[in-house]
Amino acid sequence: MSDLTLTPNIDGADDFYAELLATHDGLSREESDALNARLVLVLSNHIGDRTVLAQALAAATLKISA
Amino acid sequence: MNQVFETPMYPYVRQADQDAATTTRHQVIVVGAGPIGLAAAIDLAQQGIEVVVLDDNDRVSTGSRAICFAKRPLEILDRLGCSAAMVEKGVQWNKGKVFFDERQVYDFDLQEEDGHAFPAFVNLQQYYLEQFLVDRVRELQAEGAPIEIRGRNKVSAVGSHPDHVTIEIDTPEDSYNLHADWLIACDGATSPMRVMLGKDFVGRVFEDNFLIADVVMEADFPSERWFWFDPPFNKGQSALLHKQPDGVWRIDLQLGWGVDAETEKRPENVIPRLKEMLGDDVKFELEWVSIYTFQCRRMEQFRHERVIFAGDSAHQVSPFGARGANSGFQDTDNLCWKLKLVMDGNAPESLLDSYDSERILAADENILNSSRSTDFITPKSGMSRVLRDAVLDLSEKFEFARPLVNSGRLSVPCTYDGSSLNSADALNGPDRSRPGSPCPDAPLSDGFLLPKLAGKFTLLTIDADAPDVIEEDGITVTRLALSLKNDPTLALKDRYLGEATSGVYLIRPDQHVAARRPSFDDKLFRAAIRRATGKE
Ligand SMILES: Cc1cc2nc3c(=O)[nH]c(=O)nc-3n(C[C@H](O)[C@H](O)[C@H](O)COP(=O)(O)OP(=O)(O)OC[C@H]3O[C@@H](n4cnc5c(N)ncnc54)[C@H](O)[C@@H]3O)c2cc1C
Repeated sequence: MSDLTLTPNIDGADDFYAELLATHDGLSREESDALNARLVLVLSNHIGDRTVLAQALAAATLKISA
Repeated sequence: MNQVFETPMYPYVRQADQDAATTTRHQVIVVGAGPIGLAAAIDLAQQGIEVVVLDDNDRVSTGSRAICFAKRPLEILDRLGCSAAMVEKGVQWNKGKVFFDERQVYDFDLQEEDGHAFPAFVNLQQYYLEQFLVDRVRELQAEGAPIEIRGRNKVSAVGSHPDHVTIEIDTPEDSYNLHADWLIACDGATSPMRVMLGKDFVGRVFEDNFLIADVVMEADFPSERWFWFDPPFNKGQSALLHKQPDGVWRIDLQLGWGVDAETEKRPENVIPRLKEMLGDDVKFELEWVSIYTFQCRRMEQFRHERVIFAGDSAHQVSPFGARGANSGFQDTDNLCWKLKLVMDGNAPESLLDSYDSERILAADENILNSSRSTDFITPKSGMSRVLRDAVLDLSEKFEFARPLVNSGRLSVPCTYDGSSLNSADALNGPDRSRPGSPCPDAPLSDGFLLPKLAGKFTLLTIDADAPDVIEEDGITVTRLALSLKNDPTLALKDRYLGEATSGVYLIRPDQHVAARRPSFDDKLFRAAIRRATGKE
C-alpha cells in the first residue's frame, strides 16, 4: 500500500513556491480560487490512488498529525 | 392533436363485485395502473396468478414524464412481452454533448459493449410505454389469463391484516369493498396507500424548480443528449435537450428556487425562453409543459404485512439519471417470483423480507447517485460551485476531468451484494457475475442468453456436468447446458468464466446470480437453492 508523502519531497522548494505564487500573479481573488481548484483536480488525478487521496484530504484538514 | 393520453384506455365498467352480496376476495390487487403497477400485474398474470389492477384514472400518463429507458428494464420488459414495441418505436442514442457557458466543452460516445440484445437506452414517451403495457394486458386477457384493469376505481380506505388486506373503492357510481390475499401498492410518489397506512417517507427535498417542456419541432438536431451548465439563455442554471419519437423533444430548464410555477408555465413565458435556446428561426409547438420540484426519499420498509410497496410509492429520486421508472421495474422483477413461491406454499413468507433488503439497497444506491448529480448540477455552496466550474473548465482541455462531470449517472441495475439469498462465491470468475449480480446478456450461436434464463430457476453449466433437472422442496431447477463451443464472440467466457475453465451458476427467476462454483456438487447446490428461496 502506498502512503501519502508528508516529509520534504520537492527539490528546490523555494523555486517551486515562487512559481506557485507567480501563477496567481495579477489574478483576482475569484480567479485565484478557480485556479487553486483546478490545481487540486489536476494533482488529484495525477495521484489517482484513492488511499493516498484520502490521506491527503485528511492531512489538509490539519486534524491529524504525521 | 389527438394524443394517446387523451383517450380512455380502461374506461369505467360496472363490475359484478359491486353488486355481490358478500365481499369478494381476490388473490392479488394492484393499486395504480402506472408503469410499475401494470408491470407487476403482467408478471403475476403470466405466472397464472389472479390479479386486479385498480386506478383512479382511466388513461395513460398525461405528458411524457419518463422518457429514457435503460437496458435492464428493457430486458425485464422483454420477459413481460413489451420490449419489441419499445425498441421499434423508441429513439436510440449513445452520443451526447456537454456545454458550459457559451461553449461546447466536449462530446461523448457511450461506446456500448457489444453482444447485448438491447441497447443501453431508448427514449420513448411514458404514455407509449404505458400503452404497450395495456396492450399486453389485453393480449393476456385474450389468451384467458386472469388479469383485469378497472378504471376510475379509486381506493379510499385500506385495512391491513396479517393474512389479508381489505380496501374500500370509490367509483363514479358508488363505493364497494374488496378483500385480497396480497396488495401491491404502485400508486406513485404521493401514494395515498402509504398515507392511509400512516407510513413514513423521509429524505431530502431539493430547493429547485425545473420547467419541463415537450416540444414538437422540425429540427436537425441529432439524436443526442445535450446538457448545458450555466448557458447564456438560462444564466446560472442548467438545461437539457433530448430527443423522443414523433419529432418530440424534451427540454428541461432549471429555474431555481422561489419562482411562481403557475406564471412560469404560461406559454407567453415559456415560448420566449425556448426561442432564446433554440434560435428565432426554429419552428416548434408545445406538446406538454410542467414545472416540477423533486425529492430523494424512501420508505423505511417496503413491505407492511400483506401490503407491498413498489415503484415511486416506495422510493423517489430526482429525474437526473432516469432512475425512477427504471428502478421500479426492477422492484416488481424482484418481487413477483418471490410472491408466487410464497402464494403456492413453496417458500416461507419470510422470503419477502429479501424483497425489502434487496430493493432498499437498490433504492439507496439510486438516491445516492441522483443526489450527487443534483449537487453537481446545482452546487450548494460557494466552494462547491468553484470546484464544479473547475471540473467543467478542465474538461474542455483534458480528458481526465470528464468522468467528474455529473449531469446524471444513467440507471444501471443494482448488484445485491450481501443478500441473504446469495451463497458464497466459489468460482474464480469475473466480478460482474458474482452472486447477487444481474446476469449479463451474451450472444450464443442460437440467440441471446437472457431469454433462456427468464422466469424460472436455472442451473447454467458451462463446460460442466450436472443433472438436467433438480427438485428441491417444491422448487424445480432446470439445467441450461452451454459450452464455449457455442460462444462465437467469447462473450460467455468473458462474462461468466474469466480465468476459470468451467462454471456452474444457479440463477434466480429474475436473472440474478444466486450461487456459482467451478463444478456441480449436489449437496452444495441444494443448499444454495434453499438459501435462494429463504429456507436457510
Ligand atoms: C419530469 C420527469 C421525468 C422523468 N424521467 C424519467 C426517465 O427518463 N426515466 C425513468 O425511468 N423515470 C423517469 N421519471 C420518473 C417516472 O415517471 C416515475 O418513476 C414513474 O412514473 C413511476 O411509476 P409508478 O407506476 O410507480 O407511479 P405513477 O406513474 O405515478 O403511477 C401511479 C398510478 O396510481 C394511480 N393512483 C394514485 N392513487 C390512487 C388511488 N387512491 N386509487 C387508485 N389508483 C391510484 C395514479 O392514477 C397513477 O396511474 C421522470 C419523472 C418526471 C416527473
